Amino acid sequence: MIEILDDWCKGCEICVNRCPVQALEISEIMNKKGVRVPRLKAVNKCYQCRLCEQLCPDFAITVTKEEKEEGEEKECKLIIGGVCAD
Amino acid sequence: MADMISQAEMREKYLRKGMLPTIFCNGCGHGSSLDYTFRAIEELGLDLDDIVFASGIGCSSRIPGYINADGLHTTHGRSLAFATGVKAANPDLNVVVFSGDGDATGIGGNHFIHAARRNIDMTVIILNNFIYGMTGGQVAPTSPKGTIATTAPYGNLEGAFDISELAKSLGAAYVARWPVFYPQQPIKSIKDAISTRGFSLVELMSPCPTAYGRRNKLGNIKNLWDWYENNSVLAEEYDKIMNYGTDEEKAATINKIKIGVFQHTEKVGFFEAYEEQIKNLMANDDKKWGGV
Repeated sequence: MIEILDDWCKGCEICVNRCPVQALEISEIMNKKGVRVPRLKAVNKCYQCRLCEQLCPDFAITVTKEEKEEGEEKECKLIIGGVCAD
Repeated sequence: MADMISQAEMREKYLRKGMLPTIFCNGCGHGSSLDYTFRAIEELGLDLDDIVFASGIGCSSRIPGYINADGLHTTHGRSLAFATGVKAANPDLNVVVFSGDGDATGIGGNHFIHAARRNIDMTVIILNNFIYGMTGGQVAPTSPKGTIATTAPYGNLEGAFDISELAKSLGAAYVARWPVFYPQQPIKSIKDAISTRGFSLVELMSPCPTAYGRRNKLGNIKNLWDWYENNSVLAEEYDKIMNYGTDEEKAATINKIKIGVFQHTEKVGFFEAYEEQIKNLMANDDKKWGGV
């Protein structure tokens, strides 16, 4: 989950451009300054690396860990010796 | 990484929320630098009451105004002189100076040189954007050769200051330079700089899309950030290529900006040495020193 404080966003798109898995996009939602704010794509590969949060110059992004539901297949980014090493 | 502070917590803990959003332009790296400083302070476990932030004039010098801690917003280039005063009055405080490239090496060049030479125990974070951004993009002492600026419309003919090399030759205890778009390296460097005794300098290369990127045809924010990425090389890698690389590799690397940690030593700060001297003189009170 990515929470964005819309009114502090200036629309620099650094988070969109530098995301390693292109999980963010510019949405149709406008904040009070008339800036289109970024949102997570409906289908995304976000694995909570928190790079967008660290890069955001306006303190507007917070990434929270999403609790996986029981039984859901976990997708591994890094597999060492056949074991998921995420 | 799991216990890293989130920006929502940071807003509550470190920021003067009434002052935000920042005045920085779209695509400016100064906000990210402030973010890294907070993360470094959080990881060190320091209390904001034990830190004093000082700054001069310029875009980067707006930063202490956003931090919910004691700060000084001083005259142009004199932030290091004020910070020296703070350190003299209370050596227990951590002093962090935010300064721009023009502020530190142009207007306050001598203050910077002598603060480093005297080894005042403080941390200086210089946000280098190669230009005087706030006043409209005049040539700064750090502007690379050929820069187009309002005071150099046909290209800058002067050579640029290399701030890190300068500090290194002055014997600063800690010297590092990083671009702002890699978060982990600047955070670690700011941490090391604060915990190192003696004069520590962290130079962060912060893109300025408004005054520098636009005039120098470096494109939009994305292209400007990529330009920094493509034109910087790790200092160790630079040395390797210069020693063992082919001619093409050397030609491709020679004009790139070196990044990395250039110096990391421990040095007794000026005021620590001063206290020591007083203690020695008090112990040998019967021996008269000097002209008496």
